[in-house]
Amino acid sequence: MNENIMDQAVKSAFPKCVRVDSKPHIFCPGCGHPEVLKALGFAIDDLGLQSKVAFGVDIGCSLLAWDFFNLDTIETHHGRTIPTMVGFKRANPAGVAIAYVGDGGGYAIGLSHVINAAIRNENILVIVVNNAVYAMTGGQEAPTTLQGMKVKTAPCGADQYHINAPEIIRNVNPTAFVARSITTIQFGLRKMLKDALQHQLDGKGFAFVEVLSQCPLNWKTLDKPQETFDFLEKTLAKAYPVKKY
Amino acid sequence: MAEKKFIIGNEALGRAARAAGARAFYGYPITPTSEIAHFWAKEACSEAGKKDNLVFLQAEDEIGAGFMLVGGVLAGTRSFTATAGPGHILMQDAFSMAEAMRFPVVAYIMQRGGPSTSTVIYSQQEVNLAVFGGNGNGYRIVYSPATLQELYDYGIKVFNIAWKYRFPTFLLGDGYLAKMMGEVEIYAPEERGIKMEPTEAYLLEKNRTRPLAEVMPSPEIAQRIAEDGVQYDCFRNCLNLEEETLAVNMEIKAAFDAAAKDIVEFQEYGAPEAATLIVAHGIVSEAAKAAIDALGGKSARLFRPITLRPFPVEELRRAAKGAERIIVAESADNMLARFVKDALCGYISRPVEEYFRPSIGILPSEIAALVGK
Repeated sequence: MNENIMDQAVKSAFPKCVRVDSKPHIFCPGCGHPEVLKALGFAIDDLGLQSKVAFGVDIGCSLLAWDFFNLDTIETHHGRTIPTMVGFKRANPAGVAIAYVGDGGGYAIGLSHVINAAIRNENILVIVVNNAVYAMTGGQEAPTTLQGMKVKTAPCGADQYHINAPEIIRNVNPTAFVARSITTIQFGLRKMLKDALQHQLDGKGFAFVEVLSQCPLNWKTLDKPQETFDFLEKTLAKAYPVKKY
Repeated sequence: MAEKKFIIGNEALGRAARAAGARAFYGYPITPTSEIAHFWAKEACSEAGKKDNLVFLQAEDEIGAGFMLVGGVLAGTRSFTATAGPGHILMQDAFSMAEAMRFPVVAYIMQRGGPSTSTVIYSQQEVNLAVFGGNGNGYRIVYSPATLQELYDYGIKVFNIAWKYRFPTFLLGDGYLAKMMGEVEIYAPEERGIKMEPTEAYLLEKNRTRPLAEVMPSPEIAQRIAEDGVQYDCFRNCLNLEEETLAVNMEIKAAFDAAAKDIVEFQEYGAPEAATLIVAHGIVSEAAKAAIDALGGKSARLFRPITLRPFPVEELRRAAKGAERIIVAESADNMLARFVKDALCGYISRPVEEYFRPSIGILPSEIAALVGK
């Protein structure tokens, strides 16, 4: 394949706002993040928002998205992406603020930022990628780890409690856009993210989308795609229903 | 028109930020700084404040407030916060990021008693935290005002310095100054010939006047002009390799060292021939001035660093030349004195005399007694 054909192939496979020169991406093989980002990119394209988006990414795997797009992007850590985008949006309401974090950043170390941004109905979109583990740090227990899952900091199996964030968000904010989606339903995910962005464009306040995503590396299913997707679609999606809340 | 007002220090700071053209305050209530937030909240919901699109946001905690402040700066807005003690500790997370990426965040820090919760009243024990509070090398600019008027004067200046040199810039006051009432001359910067440094957004700025490489370490920036002809800027503060991290540190250091010469400020008081040199900062330096006056102005003189970072090293060495005694007085244990000893190591033959009173005020009579000893 010559370079031109390769370029064309990449362009048709990816949203327009994706940065081609930072591809192939540097997420692990089989990771769900690129699927989430791809859906987000298409949603941004569909709404014509490329030059208006301020994209905040967190630490952990999500930071690898720092140059994924041709979008103005800032990377920080520990869920602080959320107040960073809150501060930005308050100072520049014309910008479209997106905070992209993992389930550690969103539900453990940065949980108070999520909840309080929801309580204040901040006009930003928060996307939390839920893969039920801390991935980049080596597979530790997250607030989303399901009962019995054996992870590095719960080698005998995690306990029965886990966070169901959309219910909490809905509880503190009856008007927010709240949804959970999954990487394997690409069109649904893209539609969900587009609706969430529209919520912000309409000035309606807080939008929150959790995305169930696969982590073959830490789920130890790198060479077993069937197991990866069984776990994602049957086990994870059972504990965490995919729907609009 | 300039006018004199009888106000508390915190109000002087709120008015300074307003006069400086600050637009956004992000903070969390903590004594002894809360009146700064009160002032800004009231200002933001006034007719004038609404017209100027002022932002006031009470965060969930100081970690949130610190990162909101970063967000305000990313939008190109003169943004600030106010904090103290345990809140100041939490804000170091965001201040470290600001140091790493050279974001011009501004904080009014009014020191309270420490360590930990301690008292809400007074100390000079947040010097180390303000200067070296992050996991970096302390590339921040720290001013130590000594009077109510200086709260106003330096309350304006910190915004200009932050945006000109693009480093986190802190006004490090104290609880006594925060709560003290007195006369403050309120003026618009232009009345004094002060031109406010222009600001520029980091995100969604499509007409830059300063190249990003001039204001941020280059390994943290990825820029690309996309098919739509628009330039997109991606910033990171997470680096991959030691070499990149070294490059970032060296770029920050080079910029800081170059700026330091222009930024460093100090004050001397008393007869140049006086044998005893007192080194003090902030409100303690005012007590030292009173002591020098009470002693007749001939036996002691003062060297007061106005910038604690960058520290006036050369200027202190010159001042120390010929001094028979050097006394460091501070409401902390060896925070200012460590800078003094570091600067004077190899330049003086007698040890520095220490008067350390953590978390309590130092009276002119105490300093006079030290000089007379």
